[in-house]
Amino acid sequence: MTHSISIKDLTLSFGAVTVLEDLNLDVGQGEFLVLLGSSGCGKSTLLNCIAGLLDITDGEIHIQGKNVTWEEPSKRGIGMVFQSYALYPQMTVEGNLAFGLKNARVPKAEIATRIARAADVLQIEPLLKRKPAALSGGQRQRVAIGRALVRDVDVFLFDEPLSNLDAKLRANLRVEIKRLHHTLKNTMIYVTHDQVEAMTLADRIAIMRDGQIMQLAPPAEIYNRPVNKYVAGFIGSPAMNLIPGQLDAADQQFDTGLGMSISVQGYEFTSAPITGPVWLGLRPEHVLSGQMAQTQPVQLDAYVDMVEPMGSDTQVWAKIGKQELRFRMDGQAEVAIGDTVPIGFDPARLSLFDKKSEARL
Amino acid sequence: MTAVTPRGAKPQKALSPRNIMLYGALVIFSLYYLLPLYVMIVTSLKDMAEIRVGNIFSAPVEITFQPWVKAWSQACTGINCDGLSRGFWNSVRILIPSLIISVSVAALTGYVLACWRFKGSEVFFGILLLGAFIPYQVLLYPLVIILRELGLFGSLWGLVLVHTVFAMPINVLLFRNYFVALPEELFKAARVDGAGFWGIFFRIVIPMSLPIFVVSGIIQVTGIWNDFLFGVVYTRPENYPMTVQLNNIVNSVQGVKEYNVNMAATLLTGLVPLVVYFFSGKLFIRGIAAGAVKG
Repeated sequence: MTHSISIKDLTLSFGAVTVLEDLNLDVGQGEFLVLLGSSGCGKSTLLNCIAGLLDITDGEIHIQGKNVTWEEPSKRGIGMVFQSYALYPQMTVEGNLAFGLKNARVPKAEIATRIARAADVLQIEPLLKRKPAALSGGQRQRVAIGRALVRDVDVFLFDEPLSNLDAKLRANLRVEIKRLHHTLKNTMIYVTHDQVEAMTLADRIAIMRDGQIMQLAPPAEIYNRPVNKYVAGFIGSPAMNLIPGQLDAADQQFDTGLGMSISVQGYEFTSAPITGPVWLGLRPEHVLSGQMAQTQPVQLDAYVDMVEPMGSDTQVWAKIGKQELRFRMDGQAEVAIGDTVPIGFDPARLSLFDKKSEARL
Repeated sequence: MTAVTPRGAKPQKALSPRNIMLYGALVIFSLYYLLPLYVMIVTSLKDMAEIRVGNIFSAPVEITFQPWVKAWSQACTGINCDGLSRGFWNSVRILIPSLIISVSVAALTGYVLACWRFKGSEVFFGILLLGAFIPYQVLLYPLVIILRELGLFGSLWGLVLVHTVFAMPINVLLFRNYFVALPEELFKAARVDGAGFWGIFFRIVIPMSLPIFVVSGIIQVTGIWNDFLFGVVYTRPENYPMTVQLNNIVNSVQGVKEYNVNMAATLLTGLVPLVVYFFSGKLFIRGIAAGAVKG
């Protein structure tokens, strides 16, 4: 099976500044790929390159097996949805949906059928005669998705489509986009800086930084086995505890030098264990407390520094010796500042990173 | 029951010192600007006998429209005695092509500079803006030579070309800045939708830019209509615009100075820009303010 999108050695530079360098990426048929990263990491730039809105410096882009590197955006077989919706303000919703089809000289009857179908899928029939100014944010974004839908294309590109919406609407539309993908089974590339969107929507996530893809993997793997310290810190909320210390390869012992010394026996090393400075990554939700702690291979006593009750759970800022550690307790747990709580965790769920290269050990 | 207590700022009295100062100043300034207009109108409606009495502020005892008729169709300039009407139609013939060509070219240039940047486009724009700071008088004679070489000197089209060229800096600036403020993602969306250079210009950009077209149009109408210098330098007498004709009527040194006719002629000449302002003033303000507040 050919890839839906295949990017080979893509390089993009503006004058002396290289934004993307030798980037390779293959996206499968019907895959939902999320490009995730903080602002300025090149994720939107990459999407614009795929769409043909930016001329690349070097490399090749193939869509559905066709080399489209120098093809016009409209000829690439893509539909695109933008953060600001980018609806044409002087046209009605219907006009917005029809604009691209008219440019492509699609027959009138066909245009009407396609608009009717898209309007049905997105439930925007009552809005067809309205101008964008008379629509709410959620409705506008629906129309913008509709504009990509009517084009009858294999690939959808989303450029932070939900960033301009309020939290509740965002959650609703997120589910709708997922449902849409389930129904249409198109290839979708989705750019976001929101890790919740990335985790919930993606088949695979590409985490980007400084124009490079740090890790490309399914959400669960990114969460459980981040390839480096950056990915580990980026994914997860509250963020992963990243604790500096010394690792002893021989007896598999980790020591912070601040009164916390644990065995990492059971940790699956991806490369040979080293002796030297490392980062130890421990997700707050992987720390068990109270009775549960006794079932875990590693057990410690934590001195509670600060408590943040959230209702569903309670965030605890604690100290082990002088080492700070953040973990999660049950929402009903009765814990107060100054308490000492027994905690425990399984080294199999840890992450260890080389201090210097920051790569996973 | 809770007592209702007044909230908010204390209402101001209509005749507070602040209001008296404010409206007083406004009235004085209005009078200052409107008085000459008043004098012109009343004088143009008097006959010469009444003008010779010497009270320029008094309303006309006997209203006569004869000076207006004379100014329009009978006043003499040189050997022609058909009044301002000849100049009026000349001005119209100059105005319409100059307006259409200059606004179109400026809009297109602004569009390219805003949305289709090319290597050196910023430098080009800078040089264009520099043109706004060069006094017209410096360019008068070189332009005469250029027009002569082009074979356009003295013709109406020569003048149209001059008006178009001189309109560029300020109008391109207006259009470019307006277009730059349009959301960039709209252009991207239009490109994905298959619209090209002209498609985006005509179907996306122009429909969104009515206010700036009005602003540019008003600037051009008033500028071209009020132009005297280019009209007198680059055309022959049979093509003289209204302003030149007006000058020739008012400055004629033979015989009696007919103040009433002069006033009527001046008012007639100023009528076109005045009418344009009256009908599109609101759009003009909106265009100038657009970009300041995004709606």
